[in-house]
Amino acid sequence: MALMATVILPVLAAFLCWIRPLRKFAWLITAVATWVVFALAVSVAALVVAQGKVVAASGWFAADGLSALILTLVSFVCALACVFARGYMSHGAPEEQSRLWWFYCNYNLLVFALMTVPALAETNLTWVAVELVSLFAVLLVGFDNTSNALEAAWKFAVLTIMGAPIALFGFFTLFWAYHTATGASWETWDALKTSAPSLNPNLLKVSFLLVFVGFGAKSGLAPMHTWLPDAHSQAPTPVCAVLSGVKTTVPLYVVLRFLSIVLASPAARVGTWMVAFGLLSVAIATFLLLQVRDYKRMFAYSTIEHMGVILTAAGLATQAADFGAVSQILNHAITKSLCFYVAGLVLLVLSTREIQSVRGLIRISPFAGAALLLSALAIAGAPPFPIFLSEFAILSAGMRAGQYAAVFVLAALIVIAFIAIMLHVNRMVFGKPAEPALKVALPASCRLTVVMAIAPVVLLGVYTPAPLHALLRLAALQLGGH
Amino acid sequence: MPANVPEALNTLSAGLILISAFAMVATRQVQGVLRFFVIQSMLLAASSFLLGYARSSIHLWTLGAITVAAKVVVIPWALRRLLPADFYERREISQAVNIPASLLLTLSLTVAAEFITRPLLAGVSDIVIRVNLPIGLAGVFVGAYSLIARREAIPQLAGILAMENGAFFAGIAIAPELPLIAELAVAVDVVLIAVIVGLLTRTIQETIGTTEAAALTELKEEPTVWR
Repeated sequence: MALMATVILPVLAAFLCWIRPLRKFAWLITAVATWVVFALAVSVAALVVAQGKVVAASGWFAADGLSALILTLVSFVCALACVFARGYMSHGAPEEQSRLWWFYCNYNLLVFALMTVPALAETNLTWVAVELVSLFAVLLVGFDNTSNALEAAWKFAVLTIMGAPIALFGFFTLFWAYHTATGASWETWDALKTSAPSLNPNLLKVSFLLVFVGFGAKSGLAPMHTWLPDAHSQAPTPVCAVLSGVKTTVPLYVVLRFLSIVLASPAARVGTWMVAFGLLSVAIATFLLLQVRDYKRMFAYSTIEHMGVILTAAGLATQAADFGAVSQILNHAITKSLCFYVAGLVLLVLSTREIQSVRGLIRISPFAGAALLLSALAIAGAPPFPIFLSEFAILSAGMRAGQYAAVFVLAALIVIAFIAIMLHVNRMVFGKPAEPALKVALPASCRLTVVMAIAPVVLLGVYTPAPLHALLRLAALQLGGH
Repeated sequence: MPANVPEALNTLSAGLILISAFAMVATRQVQGVLRFFVIQSMLLAASSFLLGYARSSIHLWTLGAITVAAKVVVIPWALRRLLPADFYERREISQAVNIPASLLLTLSLTVAAEFITRPLLAGVSDIVIRVNLPIGLAGVFVGAYSLIARREAIPQLAGILAMENGAFFAGIAIAPELPLIAELAVAVDVVLIAVIVGLLTRTIQETIGTTEAAALTELKEEPTVWR
């Protein structure tokens, strides 16, 4: 029941935001809805840990470890981003203020689409849900209506929607293989996985390839990543946090589901290719990180890097690497959303996106400066932050799997990316301020968001609660490594 | 009808779908591109009606009806409502690649689609799958090409929708038993794509004053000047 509510509530909230007399309260409605959805998602996750699986409507909506993890992450990031939006969005032009209800209406629809993808048990409907995610995100990216924001929205729309028909072809091919082998026409993730060994391996491989190309474009994997830095730097900051933190993870979740089906078929081997493509994403992102000029783009490139790390880990296809992959999904989502909240603070203080124009932030605003330093250390993977732990787990799993070359390349790239991020952030935080900047009072809700987002990032670095560990184990099992 | 007539007509329709995809690449006028998209959608619907008749499949009949409703009626109507009339009379002069070269490239994409699908068709005796799978993939490729080569917003949208047509043309052959709910959801989704991209185009037109994608080049990465 709770699972259904996580999907239905956001639609209800979107509808309420749309009703004219209630438009003034759009933020309040959204905040209540997203936090209730978060609480419900946590309860679903707790139930999954206890029972192994939650079925809301047999064959339609169900949650296993992996979906429960994604549901919890999506709802957490969306709820926090909504708190951040309170202070951040009230800084816009008066014209923008009058259409804030439209922003929140769309925001709720995006939450709905994001929650639906992991909650669905039926395969083909997942395609529709992923598509809805892109569509609602397009409207939010272009919300500012400046020419830069619209350009970013356009590139985002064309490149990510172009992926959809390619992925659709892949879904059709998978259905063909499934229907020919079993005669059944209701396709669920579970049923697919059980029947995977009997499916035609050629069809399986082609369908995976098509879905990988189509949805890889949506999750920002190289070489289809070009829309991501534009969209993630131009969108309003709360939207950036959702886009970078979880919107990229959701299509990747579908790719990982497909990968687990292919891995369950002994005849189709794709793991090595996934490692290669993952490393390509990490490499391209790392070299772009070295020469980035805009700090929001910097965090966007880091998203491409982490998507690559997750894909590499899943491609290693061992149980230890799978555990690393799901931990990385969790740690990336909470850390990257923190990074974007902090980037939003910096933007509020200095109203510039250029790294060069930000110097001596710690003197201008000690709060923003300290938060930026901490979030950069966390996302770059410094110990004792959680990303360090999951990246270390992935590297050591790779060693145990005997993939020495891949581990070496991955480790080298992670180190270069670390240096690149810290070089930029070091200049931004320390150094001498170019000119005495105006004191801008940071909105209380934005400060609160940053504090609330830092808490799990610091906590998970030193201590993983037992239920969360159990959930991660269950999620890793779904990836199907041997 | 004799038993193999629907299949033969489906093959004819496959050829015409491919030709209309080429025509979309070769047409300069925005209105013309949209017209060929509507023709292509009608052919797709005709194919699913034919196969629905031949295999007495209610799924394919419904899919045909959904295609007509969404792609022949609602999408052209919605775009007409969203965008001013002068939009459709525009001719696109500056294409990234000129038309003869484009046609040669799309022809090679079609050949590539044939080669890619060949291993999948080993052991498949159904003539409909043997025809629709390569043609459908070719439709996806040609649509993707026109998306990349076009500079105007609406022809780019038509490219996306043509890709969807290609995927569905293969779909009616390889996945005719797909649950109706999924087909319906996909149709709603296609309409949403057209409406949202149309809305975005209108906002871009109002804010920036052009819808040539070539004008949208503000955002790019330049090397840092190290100081």
